[in-house]
Amino acid sequence: MARTRFIQAINDAIREEMERDEKVFVFGEDVEASIFGDTAGLAERFGKRRVRNTPISENTLTGMTVGAAACGYRPVLHIMFANFLFTGMDGVANQLAKARLMSGGQIELPATIIASYGGGRANAAQHSDTPYSAFMNLGGVHLVVPSNPADAKGLLKSAIRSNDPVLFFEPGGRGGEMGDVPDEEYLTPIGKAAVVRQGGDLTLISMGSTMRMTIQAADQLAEQGLECEVVDVRTLAPLDEETICAAAERTGRVVIVDESRERASAASHIAAVVAEKSFGHMKAPIRRVTARNAGLPLAPASEQYLLPNVDKIVAAAVEISENGRLPA
Amino acid sequence: MSKNLSPDVSECLELLKTMYVIRYAEEQLGDDFAAGKLPGGVHLSIGQEAVSAGICAHLTDRDKVSSTHRGHGHFLAKGGEPKHLIAEIYGKEEGCCRGMGGSLHVADYSKGIIGANGIVGAGIPVATGAALANHLDDDGSMTVVFFGDGASNQGVLQESMNFAALWKLPLLYVCENNQFGQFSPTATVTAGVISDRAKAFDIPVEVVDGNDVRAVWQTMAGAADHIRSGKGPVFIEAHTYRIRNHFEREHLVIKTPYRTEEEVEKMRRERDPIEMLQEWLKDENLADEATCQAIDKDAKTLVDEAVAFGDAGTPPPLDVGEKYQFVGTSS
Ligand SMILES: Cc1ncc(C[n+]2csc(CCOP(=O)(O)OP(=O)(O)O)c2C)c(N)n1
Ligand SMILES: [Mg+2]
Repeated sequence: MARTRFIQAINDAIREEMERDEKVFVFGEDVEASIFGDTAGLAERFGKRRVRNTPISENTLTGMTVGAAACGYRPVLHIMFANFLFTGMDGVANQLAKARLMSGGQIELPATIIASYGGGRANAAQHSDTPYSAFMNLGGVHLVVPSNPADAKGLLKSAIRSNDPVLFFEPGGRGGEMGDVPDEEYLTPIGKAAVVRQGGDLTLISMGSTMRMTIQAADQLAEQGLECEVVDVRTLAPLDEETICAAAERTGRVVIVDESRERASAASHIAAVVAEKSFGHMKAPIRRVTARNAGLPLAPASEQYLLPNVDKIVAAAVEISENGRLPA
Repeated sequence: MSKNLSPDVSECLELLKTMYVIRYAEEQLGDDFAAGKLPGGVHLSIGQEAVSAGICAHLTDRDKVSSTHRGHGHFLAKGGEPKHLIAEIYGKEEGCCRGMGGSLHVADYSKGIIGANGIVGAGIPVATGAALANHLDDDGSMTVVFFGDGASNQGVLQESMNFAALWKLPLLYVCENNQFGQFSPTATVTAGVISDRAKAFDIPVEVVDGNDVRAVWQTMAGAADHIRSGKGPVFIEAHTYRIRNHFEREHLVIKTPYRTEEEVEKMRRERDPIEMLQEWLKDENLADEATCQAIDKDAKTLVDEAVAFGDAGTPPPLDVGEKYQFVGTSS
């Protein structure tokens, strides 16, 4: 194990996969200079042929992943901020998500798109969104949302090796966060959630950027006598319903935490799955803690007001706990 | 850039055959649509066959073609099997895309046909990625992207031309200017000369009579040479004319005429690419009536067989959509 920064874990994953397979190449705006550091140094190591700085042309960039992937390469597109996926939406929604189906399964589409998402840093409305839930409805792309350096590395390596398209949502502003990363080669499987903490009173389900506050909320609740089981969803599509429902059923009290907006959020979908499959085990209404239904403003306090936080998670958990309040 | 090379007699006869196959396949599909036989709609390229034939004559299976909603001609000229085309449009499992794509999405990757697109202009970014793959392969292969005059107003064309010029991608832009985008005459929605837009990126431009298959063939010979030698993209604007409706259901939904019957009739009479080539062959004493008729008959037989193949096909199982969506494997 080595203490590794989030951003370094991503960088290591790309580097290792580029070393392993010469068909892997990285492209995107300023991937050489690398605004987040996750592609820094790759051009020096692999050359400009495989690490390609591009013009600012998102709609062409996303479409290009399809052409390159269908013709034998493993493109890794860094789209920078996840909001820019909206600019490049046709390439993702109409092409990447559908080209294999439309062709009757003739091709593999081993394309990866890396997008940094999330608010809380006063980046204002157009650089702060959490759009993964919108992509959950596309049907034709896998979605991974790591919450820590080890999973970031393992999931990105799996994404690059996958013969299907994967959107890799990197929690923004977490680049400096440290975590233990195994020294040896490993892959984190796409489609597998992880139970990261045991506890019999409540189940907290979270992912990516809201994982840290979920753990903090579990700590606070434990101090006050409520033990939480915590699930890190890790992959939103395909969703590991089995692990999620088993964890939900063990306590019968579920809070789902997610940074996307409340309406049709990832949390909404997970709540629906739990309600459909585990209804008989539920002892209280399922609660969602999400962003409110608005864009994120600049002013820091106003922004924070809209986002999930530890207090909101604790309050929701307490509300559905056995006594509806903390144990005396 | 232009190579002073013209197609020889046997090449001309090949071109004639390709155009006849496209013509018969599309006439059949038009009839099928009218008879209510097709599950979906079709956009026919009748009158524009020379563009597909002249361009694709210079391509091999290693080269890629990215196509449009009006893409049957590109598919057939690039080596796609008529029976796979017809079965696909009939929604049959035996189709090139197992009945999953239909007319808008015909593809045969084994032949380098990387898909027709239902999103106007969207084949351009996909082709740019394919051309990047050609470039990385560095084996002399190239990609052709067909698109319409209407599609040239999509921003992705300018984005793509910037990429291709900057990176010297082996990409040929073929704008089939058929005078209309849906029901809008080109000049009413498009400023300037379309191919002039490529000049801003220092991309060599050729403007050609898209109904003269020999001229298209000749222009393409030079363009392919230029592209394969690593000199970067070329832009061909082929002037042609859409004889048929925009889509086959048009007369049921569009009540205001956007062109006159006389104009269409005149184009049909004077500018039919098949007739133009046959007349030239006969005038030059390069082929006689019997030779042309034999080719006509061969093409018709091929299409008839394709129709029989499509008719005999089976509807795909109900649950295949999810099956074809993902491969589920990794490297
Ligand atoms: C993004 C998008 N916008 C609009 C349409 C509807 N549409 C289908 S074909 C067409 C006209 C395209 O014109 P052109 O590119 O000249 O091709 P042509 O039909 O003449 O072959 C339009 C507007 C579409 N399919 N996709
Ligand atoms: Mg047109």
